[in-house]
Amino acid sequence: MDAVGVLIALLKIVVLFAVVLLTVAELVYFERKISAWIQNRIGPNRVGPAGLLQPYADVLKLLMKEDVVPAAANRFLHALAPVVSISIALAALAVVPIAGSPVTLFGRSVIPVIADIDVGVLYILALSSMGVYGLTIGGWASNNKYSLLGGLRSSAQMISYELSMGLSLIGVVMITGSLRLDEIVRHQAGWMWNIVLQPIGFVTFLIAAFAETNRLPFDLPEAEHELVGGYHTEYSSFKFALFYLAEYANMITASAVIATLYLGGWQVPGLSRLGLSTGAEIAMQIGAFLAKTAAMLFFFQWVRWSIPRFRYDQLMNLGWKVMFPAALANIVLTALVLLFVE
Amino acid sequence: MRKNLYRLTFLERLYIPEILRGMAITLRQMFRRKETRQYPEEKWVPPPSFRGAPVLVLEENGVERCVACGLCSRVCPALAIDVQAAETPDPKERYPAHFEINMLRCIFCGFCEEVCPEEAIVMSDAFEFAFTRYEDAVFGKERLLTPVSHVRERLTFLRERR
Repeated sequence: MDAVGVLIALLKIVVLFAVVLLTVAELVYFERKISAWIQNRIGPNRVGPAGLLQPYADVLKLLMKEDVVPAAANRFLHALAPVVSISIALAALAVVPIAGSPVTLFGRSVIPVIADIDVGVLYILALSSMGVYGLTIGGWASNNKYSLLGGLRSSAQMISYELSMGLSLIGVVMITGSLRLDEIVRHQAGWMWNIVLQPIGFVTFLIAAFAETNRLPFDLPEAEHELVGGYHTEYSSFKFALFYLAEYANMITASAVIATLYLGGWQVPGLSRLGLSTGAEIAMQIGAFLAKTAAMLFFFQWVRWSIPRFRYDQLMNLGWKVMFPAALANIVLTALVLLFVE
Repeated sequence: MRKNLYRLTFLERLYIPEILRGMAITLRQMFRRKETRQYPEEKWVPPPSFRGAPVLVLEENGVERCVACGLCSRVCPALAIDVQAAETPDPKERYPAHFEINMLRCIFCGFCEEVCPEEAIVMSDAFEFAFTRYEDAVFGKERLLTPVSHVRERLTFLRERR
């Protein structure tokens, strides 16, 4: 790779970082707004126009707080955990393609994804299972019983749901015949989205994604009522902000991945018939991808404020007795259909 | 215990239809009228039954009703009221030379209002008390005396309901 190539790669990374971090800030705002609307309230409306600057005020306040480290904590791991969380959450977005055709930049064609690797699906699964390290290390390093319990719960929960997540994806991979995200999206041309072809797989993947991102109804690792704050009880200031950021970044990653794998990614049905220029087409595709991701993000928050938290045994029962067999059945069903179609 | 459990139907056991129903409810709520009151700009006016800060009633001729009998001070469960009596040439003969209510102690029970034989101490509709210094929280006579026109509604309410 020459200097321009490196520059372009760096540029893409910087743009992705900026977009994700700004989206996280506004996601916090929308989380509060949506919860307010559901509860017949107005929500934040004082800081900036319609309260849009509220998250920045919150972050400023958070950064001015003292960074407390418990005396008995393992200082190195205590500092490492939030960094692990946030870097893994952001890294998974690197393989998600946001448009169909390459863009010309600095006189060369640039693919609309940071890393177009052949095993994109595997990469995403691998990173999402790494995500558990951040929470577990954080819980353990704090040397606090609540934190430890939160960390333990998160590892048990994420490992259980990892399985059904991977198995749901096998259906998609069987249909497409590729692990590359770009090809999976290309295969969903028109209305042949994977949500239509794989309804069971979509539901199991969606539920597993909720569990992987620790969102309600599966936010047991941080269940406030039982565990104070769970794994981040002993965190404050910047480190807490990083954990918070990681939670929302995970949500963005999960939404982008669901949009890519099941909702057709950047595909816009009937776009080629409109006869637009290449530039306009790419813009439409990026817009479609962002809209689908945004819709999924709204769905995540809508669910959070609608459904109460599962009990721990219910969570495990659902994971092993319902999700796992359903995902397996989905594979068998897909295999049979593929066999008869061909 | 198990036989008392409500048996779920098949559709309910699938969870997903029920979850969708729940989410439809929350979605409907999003478009309902908002109940928020924009507080500092838009203030709530309490009804006459409201027990706000106790105040001393000032008659139209500029004399307070209080005759400094000390009953309010005696009945106050939080010991918030301090009265010191003195003589006056007025027909009521006695008046409070010194009258203090410590708003950090007051529990808004309204016993003082209830026990007062002269209807001189009344619970007003004031409900905003935020203090930065202890001295600000102790209301002296100058802060307590309120023209009778301000508490007219509460006085009418008390006559009707008591």
